[in-house]
Amino acid sequence: MSHISERYTQAQSLWQGLEASDAPVFYVGAATCGRAAGAGAVMDRLRSEIAARGIDAQIVEVGCLGPCCLEPLMIAHKPGTPDICYGKVGPDEAAAILERHVLGNDPCAEWALGCMDGSRLDGIGPLMEHPMLALQVRRVLRNCGRIDPESMDHYLAQDGYRGFLRALELGPDGVINEVKNAGLRGRGGAGFPTWRKWEFARASAGSPKYLICNADEGDPGAFMNRSLLEGDPHAVLEGMLIAGLAMGASEGYVYCRAEYPLAIHRLEIALTQMRETGLLGENIAGSDFTFDIHIKKGAGAFVCGEETALIASIEGLRGMPRPKPPFPAVSGLWGRPTVIQNVETLGNLPLILHKGAEWYSSIGSASSKGTKTFALAGKIARTGLVEVPLGITLREIVFDIGGGIDGGRAFKAVQTGGPSGGCIPAEQLDLPVDYESLTAAGSIMGSGGMIVLDEDSCMVDIARFFLGFTQQESCGKCVPCRVGTRAMLNTLERISIGEGQAKDIAKLQEIAETVKQGSLCGLGQTAPNPVLTTLRYFANEYEDHISKGQCTAMVCQKLVGYHIDPERCIGCGACRRSCPVEAITGETKKPHSIDGKVCIHCGACLTVCPSSASAVFRTSGELTRVESVEKRKSAVKSS
Amino acid sequence: MCSCHADTASVVAEIVARHPDGRSSLIPVLQEIQESLGYLSPDSLKEIERLTGISSSESYGVATFYTQFRFTPPGKHTIQVCNGTACHVRAGQGITDEFSRTLGVNVGETTADGNFSLESVACLGCCALAPVVAVDGKVFAGVTTKKVPAILREYKAEGTREAL
Ligand SMILES: Cc1cc2nc3c(=O)[nH]c(=O)nc-3n(C[C@H](O)[C@H](O)[C@H](O)COP(=O)(O)O)c2cc1C
Ligand code: FES
Repeated sequence: MSHISERYTQAQSLWQGLEASDAPVFYVGAATCGRAAGAGAVMDRLRSEIAARGIDAQIVEVGCLGPCCLEPLMIAHKPGTPDICYGKVGPDEAAAILERHVLGNDPCAEWALGCMDGSRLDGIGPLMEHPMLALQVRRVLRNCGRIDPESMDHYLAQDGYRGFLRALELGPDGVINEVKNAGLRGRGGAGFPTWRKWEFARASAGSPKYLICNADEGDPGAFMNRSLLEGDPHAVLEGMLIAGLAMGASEGYVYCRAEYPLAIHRLEIALTQMRETGLLGENIAGSDFTFDIHIKKGAGAFVCGEETALIASIEGLRGMPRPKPPFPAVSGLWGRPTVIQNVETLGNLPLILHKGAEWYSSIGSASSKGTKTFALAGKIARTGLVEVPLGITLREIVFDIGGGIDGGRAFKAVQTGGPSGGCIPAEQLDLPVDYESLTAAGSIMGSGGMIVLDEDSCMVDIARFFLGFTQQESCGKCVPCRVGTRAMLNTLERISIGEGQAKDIAKLQEIAETVKQGSLCGLGQTAPNPVLTTLRYFANEYEDHISKGQCTAMVCQKLVGYHIDPERCIGCGACRRSCPVEAITGETKKPHSIDGKVCIHCGACLTVCPSSASAVFRTSGELTRVESVEKRKSAVKSS
Repeated sequence: MCSCHADTASVVAEIVARHPDGRSSLIPVLQEIQESLGYLSPDSLKEIERLTGISSSESYGVATFYTQFRFTPPGKHTIQVCNGTACHVRAGQGITDEFSRTLGVNVGETTADGNFSLESVACLGCCALAPVVAVDGKVFAGVTTKKVPAILREYKAEGTREAL
């Protein structure tokens, strides 16, 4: 077993050998998202091209750089020129980049997103000037997409574990002080000061003490933690060593959702490497600190993201929350003092310890320091994972970084905090993103999910969607949550099929308040937020559904009628053939018609009606919508 | 993954032996049994009871709390349609309906020929590429209702070849 400090020289030379390699290197983004976009085929093609040409070149699998919308991503290293990052690289593009750029003289500017490390080449600017990256500050994600997450040397070469080595020198008090001065608050959603949790646990009698990394990532529409674990697992594990040292823990658990097999795989590899380097077990790095880390796979229950439910699940029980106090810091896992910390919170610690509190707190807002990662998804042009300084405005995230709405439709709202959060409307786009502002707007910071909604999104449908989720995930232990989420869902379902009544709005409001006040755990206490914020900002949409039977966004299927304009119909029969329930009749070359009683409102006819005709149109309440082909396509794609 | 001929008792015994810490290992034990045998059969729960003393009603009570666990054999291929927020706002429900119509089964069911199980999941973590569907863990990005037949064909063809 080699001591960690002896590994740096080896790691540095290995990394420099790669960075300044005199043979080509291809770094391919192969996180789950990259693989889904086709990174596997890209690597296969590169391998066969390299073999066929008999050249000396290397392929390195890296994590996700962030702009998932441009995946598969590839960075090409050609000796003697700046590394170039390319987007939307399929197997053919990869082969062309090898041939034309690496072996030739054409840097393939058409696919280039930018040069790495601030360089320029033949009109290709630095990657960090790309509109999606320009406002970002990549701290926690600094290594994602750059290093091989399965290589400990790569991590060490980026000053990995130096934060922990400094923590050993500072000792627990020094670490707590540093993190307190840095102003780090929990990234799991609630924003509780991290140092204070450690202090509580340290002051609690009882041993051993436990540290749990919450990698359950329960928000259905978020992937920040997945990306970090897949792209830079050692950063999170180093964070666990630092937190464990500070709070006096001797054992740690990573509770990771089972839907993330690649993250679990990479964590396992990293843990083995740590063990081999003396970073786990007894007397770590020659100190008297003893710590070990185990992985526990979640089994699919949103409520297990809640601290006491998570603990019950690790203990092998049904994942039911229990009343607090006692808080886990006093009595947690097996009745021992326990601290639960989000993946990203832990990912911040190596930096704080390595670079110091002053450096760390130099960015952020008055109450919220540092950066936060967000998973941009929904109707936004540039989807992906971004990291921004806290205090940036929502407008900057959605429009400058995210490029605004996909398909040129109008922005309606941004949903933050998932099922526990709310929808923030256009009027509030200049809100600074920090814990207090988002809470004041009725939403929450949450763990970083950010779903952008446009005019084709129905806010009643969004509320119904989230309540459907929380109702199903409610563990059923306490009455307000069990009965209240069901009652809200029933009401929302009635409204969305046109059976709502005027009094429903007040009723929803009332149940929402009761569930918020009366529920046992955070799941129920926050479950009404999607309803409350949509009622607060989009009451008109509820009213249209109730009084006119109209879904303006044409999303609530039962309220949307499909018709064929006989004047425009050319009788091609495409709609008739596409209709899954045979609701469409008509003879070839004669106008067709839809039987409203049979129609299931699936919209298949609208998608297939040829652009030359555009004969299928939709109605809802007082609204009729005949769309141009392009608009119609994007609407159907996304409604 | 499929070990149709494996003997339940020996699989369970081997897994239980690897987890000596009893009660707190119940969930990992159940997970590994499901991974090996495809689902949690009454026999496998009884075997846990015999080996560890954890009653099968207790195991069943824990397992039913978590959506991951199945109590009937899955189809040869498992289709997971994401119904997370990002996929929902980009037409996830329409895709579930399309699979459901094409296969003639509801979510949670298996086709009569045993080839496909249809499941709905909360989020596959690929929200940026929504809507997504995973078949046997392989993720398909940017799925539209029109792509459904092609996805199914990929797995049907395989089955047909094997049957020949
Ligand atoms: C229903 C529910 C689900 C939660 N899900 C998560 C989650 O998936 N990930 C997470 O880090 N925190 C989640 N939390 C918050 C955690 O309970 C806890 O506050 C957090 O992990 C603490 O870490 P932090 O202080 O580093 O933020 C959830 C809370 C509730 C009530
Ligand atoms: S919402 Fe479908 S992958 Fe996340």
